[in-house]
Amino acid sequence: MSYSISIRPFGIHAVLIEWPNEVDESILNDILHFKNFLISNCLQNEEWELIPAYNSLTLVRLSESIDFKDFTNKLSNWYDQKKDASIKFQRYLCRLPVCYDLNFGIDLLEISERLQLSTDEIIKQHTKSTYRVYGIGFLPGFMYLGGLPGSLEIPRRAEPRLKVASGSVGLAGKQTGIYPQESPGGWNIIGNCSVPIFNVERPVPCIVNVGDQVQFYSISKAEYDLHKIESEVGIYKIEKIAIDA
Amino acid sequence: MLKLLKSGFFTTVQDKGRFGFRDIGVPVAGVMDNLALEKANGLLENNVDAAVLEITMTGPTIVFNEPTYIVLSGAKMSATLNSEPILNYKVYKIKSGDKLSYGKLEKGIRCYLAVKDGFKTKKVLNSRSFSNAITKVNYLKDSSEVIYEPCTVFKPKISELKVNSYFDEVRLEVAKGPEYDMLQDKQLENIFGKDFTVSKENNRMAYQLNEKIQGHDTSMLTSATLPGTIQFTPAGKLIILMKDGQTTGGYPRILQLNDKAISILAQKRAGDKISFKLL
Repeated sequence: MSYSISIRPFGIHAVLIEWPNEVDESILNDILHFKNFLISNCLQNEEWELIPAYNSLTLVRLSESIDFKDFTNKLSNWYDQKKDASIKFQRYLCRLPVCYDLNFGIDLLEISERLQLSTDEIIKQHTKSTYRVYGIGFLPGFMYLGGLPGSLEIPRRAEPRLKVASGSVGLAGKQTGIYPQESPGGWNIIGNCSVPIFNVERPVPCIVNVGDQVQFYSISKAEYDLHKIESEVGIYKIEKIAIDA
Repeated sequence: MLKLLKSGFFTTVQDKGRFGFRDIGVPVAGVMDNLALEKANGLLENNVDAAVLEITMTGPTIVFNEPTYIVLSGAKMSATLNSEPILNYKVYKIKSGDKLSYGKLEKGIRCYLAVKDGFKTKKVLNSRSFSNAITKVNYLKDSSEVIYEPCTVFKPKISELKVNSYFDEVRLEVAKGPEYDMLQDKQLENIFGKDFTVSKENNRMAYQLNEKIQGHDTSMLTSATLPGTIQFTPAGKLIILMKDGQTTGGYPRILQLNDKAISILAQKRAGDKISFKLL
C-alpha cells in the first residue's frame, strides 16, 4: 500500500511527513511501516527521533540541521523502496482493567442521563470495542485512542477540572483515553484504570506504543485495590497479547 | 555537593534535554536558554550535556561543601562569592565552605550556575533535567543538596568570555511552520507588522502572548510539536511552546522559532515586547 505523501520542513532540525488527512488504520499502518523501515535501513538511531501521530510522522534530527532539499529527495526514494521491503515489527493488544465504580467514574451518572444510556450499558459499550493507539502525547503516556462507539460520543465538559486523578478514564468527542498522571482536564470521567500506564522505573516506561491496540475490561473495587498493591510491589503482569502487524 | 540554604523562586537541575522519548509523550525539557548553557559548559571545558542549575527570577543562597570551579551565565543578576561581587561568564575557583549569594535581577529572567564536570544528580530516561511526571522532584526546595565531583586543579584555556547581551533583543527569528500557508494576508500583516507582549502565562511549558489576531476555524489531526513551535488557536491566540511543552498538539503550527530565538525568549518575562522576523 502506498499513499501520496507530503514532505515539509518543520524548522531547521525537523521534517514533517503527512499522509491523507484521515483517521484510518491503513494510513497508520503505512506510517508505522515507513517509520520502522527508516529506523532499520536509513537513519542512524542515535541521531533521530521519529514521532508518529494519526496521519503524520515527524523526524527530528538531534544535533545538526537538515539540508531540506537533499533530505526530501532521499525520503521520497526511501518511501518508494519501502513498498518492496518486508518490515517486521511487533504490535500488541493491551488489555487494561478499569474500575467503573461511581467513586472513580465521577461523571458516569451525569453522562448516563445525557446519553440516555444506563451506566451498565455505557460500561458494556466502552469495554466491547478494540481501540487503536493513534498517537501518544499531551502528557507522558497519554494515548489518543480511535474506535469509540458512536453511542458514547459526548462533548468534553464545559468547564475543565483543575485536577483529574491519575488513571482516570475519560470520554470526549470521538475519543476515549486515560490520564496517566494527575492533570487538569476537561474529559468526562467514567472510571479508573488500576494499572499505571507510564512509569519511568520500568525498563519500558510506557505500556503501549503507537499502533498498538487497547481493550478495557471491567473490574470490581476489590480487584482494583489488589492490582494497585501488585503494581506497587512490582508483581502485576500487564496483559499484552502479540498481534499481527 | 552543594547545599541550597535558600532555594530561590524556582531553581531546577537541567541539561541539554531528554531525547528519544517523544514518541511516548515525554517532553524534551532541558535548559530554556541553551546559549547560556553552552558558554558556561564551554568555559569549564565540560561535556555538552553537563547539568547545571537553572535559576529563575530570584537566586538561591548556596554553600559549596567541596572544591570545584564555577561559571555563572544567562540573566544578569548580581551575585557575590563570600560577599565579593562576581561576574557572569568568568571561571571562579571554589573551596569547601564558600558561599554564593544572589541579589538583584537586572536583565533577563533565567540564570545558570555551572560547576566543573556538571551536577551528578540521578539520570532519568537519559537526562538529569527536572520534568513533571518524569523526575521525582520538579524544583529544588530550601536545604536541598545537589551533588558534583570535587575538583581542585583545573586550568581553563579561557577564563573569561565577553558575551554580547541579547536581553534587549526584541526580534525573534522564525521559520514557516507546517500550517503557515493557512494564514491570510490580514493575519500575516498582524503577525509580522506589530509587536506582541509576553503574557503573565509564561513558564517552561509555553509562553502565551497578550495580543490576539484574527482567529480561524481550521481543524487538524493531532501531530508533533517542538520547542519553539508557535501554535495558533481558533480564537486567534499565539502560544509559543518551550522546553517542557507537550510533544503533540492539535492547533495549527504556524511558525517555528530557531534555537537562538528560543534562548532570547527564554529571558523574557510578562510585559516584555517581542516581534517576529521570518527567515
